[in-house]
Amino acid sequence: MQTPAPFEYERATSVEGAIASLQRLGSNARVIAGGHSLLPMMKLRLANPEHLIDINDLTDLAYIGEDEDEIVIGALTRHVDLLKSELLAERFPLFRDAEQVIADPVVRNRGTIGGSLCQADAAEDLSAVCTALKAKAVIRGADGERTVGMEDFHLGPYVTAVRDGELLTEVRIPVRPGAGSAHEKVERRAGDWAIAAASAAIWVDGGKIADAGIALSAVGLTTIHLARAEELLRGKAPSEELFAHAGAIASEDCSPSADGRGPIDYKRHLAGVLTTRALRRAAARALHQEA
Amino acid sequence: MDVSIAVNGEQVSREIEPRQLLVHFIRETPGLTGTHWGCDTSNCGACVVLMDGVPVKSCTILAAMCEGHEIRTVESLEVDGRLDPVQLGFHEQHALQCGFCTPGMLMTTRALLDENPDPTEHEIRVAISGAICRCTGYKNIVSAVRWAAEYEAAAKHEHAAKQEV
Repeated sequence: MQTPAPFEYERATSVEGAIASLQRLGSNARVIAGGHSLLPMMKLRLANPEHLIDINDLTDLAYIGEDEDEIVIGALTRHVDLLKSELLAERFPLFRDAEQVIADPVVRNRGTIGGSLCQADAAEDLSAVCTALKAKAVIRGADGERTVGMEDFHLGPYVTAVRDGELLTEVRIPVRPGAGSAHEKVERRAGDWAIAAASAAIWVDGGKIADAGIALSAVGLTTIHLARAEELLRGKAPSEELFAHAGAIASEDCSPSADGRGPIDYKRHLAGVLTTRALRRAAARALHQEA
Repeated sequence: MDVSIAVNGEQVSREIEPRQLLVHFIRETPGLTGTHWGCDTSNCGACVVLMDGVPVKSCTILAAMCEGHEIRTVESLEVDGRLDPVQLGFHEQHALQCGFCTPGMLMTTRALLDENPDPTEHEIRVAISGAICRCTGYKNIVSAVRWAAEYEAAAKHEHAAKQEV
């Protein structure tokens, strides 16, 4: 029987209370929301927290909204709600692309965006989505809030900028004109982790790419931010040749390892193909030409 | 710790270890063994129950997290000897062989029909994509869910017709 090692359980009734408990317990405590990554790791003894702080009652952290020139998403927002959100589908359609292929519908009823980002699994999709969108993570501690850009959020495999005694409370995504975005993933079977996935966003102004965001899942130790490919795209008109070039950079700049999902050369090839496809779809959406 | 969880409308209370998973609480405390304990990794879907009407995998939820929530298991589908339409559909369309996945399939598809009474084949296949059946090849399961949807639509129509008379 797979059962986690013993721990103390506490159900938080307020964000302040959860943070106070996390402060008191330090590195011995973990936050649990959906639990669909943490509990399997605890069963395998890959994670052994002595205390779990259950934040599922903090429903004031479950929302998707607009705040001036940003889309704001509460950390406890579940995958099912990200999938169904018309606001997200309109502004950032890559969310719906990704959510359709994250785990399965029953798991999506529990898993949260905050849990996905804090799990910091390199194969997880929303970290790439948020990196491509240049989102910011709002992290709250005893001394107040701080904001960390997604490029600085993932410090390594399963390690994030959220410190002991802190809680990720919100994800903020800047809304800029001319946006188009897409997420492309290849998996072995429905609900599996990605063999590789690519998230892309571009912002078009006057027929040229004003800015671009590209990130890869499952082809490195952490989510891979393709800064070199983004730089290539800036200031140029969207074209098939340009996106193929960006795909070639993606193949070079990823660092996959060989496993049951495929050898290294296959994964590099796939990362490139998916990057090109995601950019092509993102551009079609930005220019309202999607077939 | 003490927990009190509503299972099929009855409050079930017991002292448990915080690490106890919902699937074991359901099987051991009220003794409802219809909920199957399968892969234990949230992949197979045999342990699916409804939590406040929403299908969840009970192998990956702590019992402690369920206090204050309504849990519904496969045993709640039959009422006074009358099978639920999804149970009738699985029977009529031969949607099981070994039966191990069936409790999770029934609860997953019951929740689907509660939300979407007229699902397409594609919608059914997406809904059950988190539930693995090694016997049927899924074809008869999809037929059973469509059968149940049509049965419920006909029953509703008949009910409305009777009320008009």
